[in-house]
Amino acid sequence: MPARFPAERSETAFTDYKLPLLPAQAAVEAGRCLFCHDAPCITACPTHIDIPQFIRKIAGGNDRGAARTIFESNILGMSCARVCPVEVLCVGACVYNDLDEPPIQIGKLQRHATDRAFEEGWRFFEAGAPTGRRVALVGGGPASLAAAHELRRLGHACTMYERRGFLGGLNTTGIAPHKMKADRSVNEAEWVLAIGGVEMRTGAEVGRDVALADLEREFDAVFVGIGLGADSRAKAPGEDLPGVLGAVEWIERMKLGDAGLSGVRHAVVVGAGNTAMDALRELLALGVPQVTMLYRGTEETMGGYAHEWQAAKEAGARAEWRAVAGAFEGNGRLRRLRCMRVDAARAPVEGSEFALDADLALLAIGQSKLGAALAGLAGITVESGIVRVDAHGFTGRPGWYAGGDCANGGKEVVNAAAEGMAAARAIDRELAAGGGTGRRGATHA
Amino acid sequence: MPDLSTDTGGIRSPNPFWLASAPPANSGAQIQRAFDAGWGGAVWKTLGTPIQNVSSRFGGHTIGSVRGAGFNNIELITDRPLEVNLREITETKKRWPHNPIIVSLMVETREEWRDIIKRSIDAGADGLELNFGCPHGMCERGMGSAVGQEPAVNERITSWACEFSTVPVLVKLTPNVSDIVPHGMAAKRGGAHGISLINTIKSIIAVDIDRFVPEPRVGSLSTNGGYCGAAVKPIALHMVAALAREPGFGLPISGIGGVRNWRDAVEFMLLGSSTVQVCTEVMLRGYRVVEDMRDGLEEYMRSKGFGRVQDMVGKAVPAFSEWGDLDMNYETVARIDADRCIGCQLCVAACHDGAHQCIHPQEGTRVPRVDESECVGCNLCQIVCPAPGCITMERVDNGHRPATWNDHVSHGAALRPKKGAH
Ligand SMILES: Cc1cc2nc3c(=O)[nH]c(=O)nc-3n(C[C@H](O)[C@H](O)[C@H](O)COP(=O)(O)OP(=O)(O)OC[C@H]3O[C@@H](n4cnc5c(N)ncnc54)[C@H](O)[C@@H]3O)c2cc1C
Ligand SMILES: Cc1cc2nc3c(=O)[nH]c(=O)nc-3n(C[C@H](O)[C@H](O)[C@H](O)COP(=O)(O)O)c2cc1C
Ligand code: SF4
Ligand code: SF4
Ligand code: SF4
Repeated sequence: MPARFPAERSETAFTDYKLPLLPAQAAVEAGRCLFCHDAPCITACPTHIDIPQFIRKIAGGNDRGAARTIFESNILGMSCARVCPVEVLCVGACVYNDLDEPPIQIGKLQRHATDRAFEEGWRFFEAGAPTGRRVALVGGGPASLAAAHELRRLGHACTMYERRGFLGGLNTTGIAPHKMKADRSVNEAEWVLAIGGVEMRTGAEVGRDVALADLEREFDAVFVGIGLGADSRAKAPGEDLPGVLGAVEWIERMKLGDAGLSGVRHAVVVGAGNTAMDALRELLALGVPQVTMLYRGTEETMGGYAHEWQAAKEAGARAEWRAVAGAFEGNGRLRRLRCMRVDAARAPVEGSEFALDADLALLAIGQSKLGAALAGLAGITVESGIVRVDAHGFTGRPGWYAGGDCANGGKEVVNAAAEGMAAARAIDRELAAGGGTGRRGATHA
Repeated sequence: MPDLSTDTGGIRSPNPFWLASAPPANSGAQIQRAFDAGWGGAVWKTLGTPIQNVSSRFGGHTIGSVRGAGFNNIELITDRPLEVNLREITETKKRWPHNPIIVSLMVETREEWRDIIKRSIDAGADGLELNFGCPHGMCERGMGSAVGQEPAVNERITSWACEFSTVPVLVKLTPNVSDIVPHGMAAKRGGAHGISLINTIKSIIAVDIDRFVPEPRVGSLSTNGGYCGAAVKPIALHMVAALAREPGFGLPISGIGGVRNWRDAVEFMLLGSSTVQVCTEVMLRGYRVVEDMRDGLEEYMRSKGFGRVQDMVGKAVPAFSEWGDLDMNYETVARIDADRCIGCQLCVAACHDGAHQCIHPQEGTRVPRVDESECVGCNLCQIVCPAPGCITMERVDNGHRPATWNDHVSHGAALRPKKGAH
């Protein structure tokens, strides 16, 4: 499925924020790695890539072997190298942080090896001997892609349902373009599925075009990786005015087409999570002169990573702390936000009202949860819209598994990859033990 | 997928990477963990009459920021009871029947050799390695390198071992000799099935300049130890190659000395080793280092089209020649790629002070100029240049036909005019 996004998209204006290593830099950086025993960086990576081993291979000039080590644990290692918040994962755990020396640039080294694999067309994995078992994957994002790849290695036939016309989920539509652009995620999905044997049903929404009951009838197991839903709304007057958008919705527009920023002088981003951090940096990079974050808490309580907020500040973002939007105002289009301060208990502070003139407001206060779609299936528990699963992605209903944002409430691509892989292995074990949905009349109620 | 399996003097191994006889191969539990990690075989820590060790025992040679670039030790052979070692050999063989265990031995009398060889083979040894190499402690007792330095003794003990043994016998040579060849030939005459080399090199690793005692320090004294690790590789490569190219030698070689990664191993193989043994790198980083060794070797073999390890063993031996057979008329000069040059002028200093004064600074640029009419093609500038690919040594067609020194001496073959002899 070729990427057919327009060549001229707002996101193409971005260049990489973290520059790739030159080969000589990679060799020097790799040579610094201590090859720690029971390395903390491995523990910190949700997919537990054998980091010292792949770095050692780079140091010894074996990039191909390094790439294999990475993909062995994380088939999405190419995009993870770009999009992982390494500061709080592998790099944050590197022992060098405890010396007065910079930690190993693990993400960049991972990029060095995996980019080469893509450039040189290296492939490492083959489909396993056919088991005759069929598994459905609902959603075509990182979680399902990782699950499908592992299921194919184990020999199970796969069918992937994706309601959109392209793959990659939020990895395609959500990632800040200074980390990765949409076509790269789509190319990665194709590279992953080149293992073969995954039947694609794009444009097919499960629950609307395909019934859950049909999946249960036709497949031995189902993996649900549907991610999160639309941006949450502020529930404040005027939020339907043109100029008030969900942040994820706007980011997708900016990545796949035109960001629609002409004439925007002041943009306000409501919320202080990582989506807000990305939106702030994106708006500034695209030339919006004034960008303000509005957050009901403080710098200490914000959900966005400190390193992301630091970068947003350096790019020119300012913040209104302990402030909420009471109303969005304007004549046919957003002109102003009516705001007020809140105290530590988030109660409005009397007489603290103030106005922010703005022509764009992005709501980055979370995304809706889609778990309700499964609530009708006996055995599956959905809590606050999140599908409850065990450590292997098992939902409690024979043959039904879930992973990624829909089951973890919204984490990172690397978590989705880890959970998809773990679920694939658990599905394999369940099917090998004669379990599954009962397509073949397995003995469960 | 290339086949990594090897045969060294009749000892078959699933891959060419063996633990050398040393602390990483001290016990059954360790060797089993090593096999788990992917090592092909192991040479058990030398058995003999158990000794007692001193503390401390090791010294490290730090070069710049590289810790343990060289390493030395004053440790002796096993300090564990023979029965314990033998029992663990049997247990390990039971669990890992396809990974060879070579038992390293060092005793004195013919009767002791007969007894320990029988017990080792009964325990399950796939091969024996006679330790004629330890340069400290044991040689004062008439063993180790005291044997390896005396071809007649080496040959006699080897012949005893071969007489008593029903499994292949490797002789491990000491590098503490002026010419390795007579020692390899002595082992061959004694009936050895293969040679392992090198053991450690006599050394003092460092001196404590505050206490005025060499290292490693045992109280107020020290002694000479055995040098090994990355820094000894060039010496080991030479000794391996010297035997590999010796007409009439022809025994399989297990190469040892400074192997850190797959590339080092490939170099040993191209110079004639069918297996390599590793001690120091495992001591410094653990058994896991074998993964890159195997993986990198496999990639290398694939890229070169070698289907089996044997296809590459000794590939570079024919190109290891005598000085007198080198072409005196082959000429290279240094070329500087101005686009890559960073202007450090290390090459200027090196050439001016350490070579032939033919790299010169130029007006108006930091990029130096090579006076090719004076450049002798020594490589020094290329070795010091920090910019990858910046200085290359380019072949010059000087119109002279090839002529070696030996050709010149024997029948007056014409040599090109000398350069840089001003
Ligand atoms: C703005 C933003 C920036 C982000 N930046 C980063 C980052 O820098 N680094 C990082 O690691 N993570 C980042 N994330 C998080 C990351 O994108 C997600 O954690 C990850 O994509 C989750 O993968 P998933 O497969 O669970 O879900 P998704 O990526 O959401 O994929 C789910 C897929 O399922 C499809 N689908 C949904 N319902 C149905 C249905 N009923 N039938 C068929 N198909 C369906 C959807 O169309 C979608 O393609 C970001 C997220 C956002 C919102
Ligand atoms: C601490 C230590 C103990 C050793 N003990 C033995 C031994 O008992 N028998 C033996 O044949 N060689 C012994 N060696 C030598 C090694 O087997 C090997 O030949 C040498 O270290 C070179 O290899 P390397 O550079 O990989 O370390 C020892 C080496 C070290 C460092
Ligand atoms: S996948 Fe992400 S967390 Fe894991 S090692 Fe790579 S960059 Fe780090
Ligand atoms: S913690 Fe740092 S130094 Fe240690 S293995 Fe990981 S990357 Fe290398
Ligand atoms: S050593 Fe290399 S980089 Fe430095 S001046 Fe000479 S040619 Fe240039």
